[in-house]
Amino acid sequence: MIQVILSLYWSFFKVGLFTIGGGYAMIPLMEAEVIDTHGWLSAAEFLDIIAVAEMTPGPVSINAATFIGYRMAGVAGSLITTLGVITPSLVLLLLLSKILFTLIQKPEAESFLNGLRSALVALILLAAYSLGQAAIVDIPTIAIFVLLLAASLIKQISPLYYIAIGAILGLIFFPY
Amino acid sequence: MTAPNTLAGPSGSKESLLTILLTFLKVGAFTFGGGYAILPVIRQEVVINRRWVAEDAFADILIITQGMPGQLALNSAIQIGVRLRGTIGGLVAALGVTAPSVIILLIIAAWLYPLYRDNQYVHAVFYGLRPAVVALIAAAAFNLGKDILHGTRGIILCAVLLITAIISQVHPILVLVAGGVAGLLVCKRECH
Repeated sequence: MIQVILSLYWSFFKVGLFTIGGGYAMIPLMEAEVIDTHGWLSAAEFLDIIAVAEMTPGPVSINAATFIGYRMAGVAGSLITTLGVITPSLVLLLLLSKILFTLIQKPEAESFLNGLRSALVALILLAAYSLGQAAIVDIPTIAIFVLLLAASLIKQISPLYYIAIGAILGLIFFPY
Repeated sequence: MTAPNTLAGPSGSKESLLTILLTFLKVGAFTFGGGYAILPVIRQEVVINRRWVAEDAFADILIITQGMPGQLALNSAIQIGVRLRGTIGGLVAALGVTAPSVIILLIIAAWLYPLYRDNQYVHAVFYGLRPAVVALIAAAAFNLGKDILHGTRGIILCAVLLITAIISQVHPILVLVAGGVAGLLVCKRECH
């Protein structure tokens, strides 16, 4: 049990530390830790949890961390994963916020972050591909994916619309 | 940048920790859709409604928020808490923005999920949600790419990293660090 708690903390600490720029930057990291490294969840379960994390209020990665922590080790697990994912922010901002502010405005930081964001585009694309194999399995799911992706490339819409449309089309086309 | 301890309240008096907690609880409990949806709500609360920070100070907060590790909503909440009441203010703001997530997700994971896990309509909903989430993730990659990959170097760097990541199967942290170092080396003048 202690072993699981410690590896949960360490995994989500890493997710928190390397999610730079927020949003979906955490997906490839969480996927690597939770699916590839530890095998805690299948790709389908992971996608289900991200969907729940999108539907519920609050930051998506904190929602996902709580759910995954509970699945692995109950209430203690959920508190530990949440703490893990927020520790880097707390430490950096409570202790180093002045230094960070000076550092982030240096041209070198700009170059570093630009390169890192290029890597992020590649990683998120790769995550979509590997998770897609567990999600896009027949004609209705291909249609849902293509429809929503096409719509989002035309106009950026709130994630809640994706969730609502995905849920409704799922109810209609599920092979009961 | 305004000093972190600047008190920007309208009366200049110290904000109570309870007010900070309640403000960020509200942000955490009623904002859907993650970071980029939450930031405008935080701005509305702290710049316009409560006037805790001025517009330019909020812009400074966003620079740090987006350039450093962590969740966007959490990073900005902590900084605002610190400006109002120092370290304890930062901790209280973090607690406020995080607690609703933990409580709501615990209720779902511990109670709702086991109750409905075997219901066929729930299966049907998740059957449709999975490709929707994959579309969201793919769209995030495309939109981020559109925003940041302007120069040829950025695009080449992204392609090289993508191929390297596929072939080598290394941990994403290594790919991120490699991207950052490559950025330092090749993006000095023009990348984006």
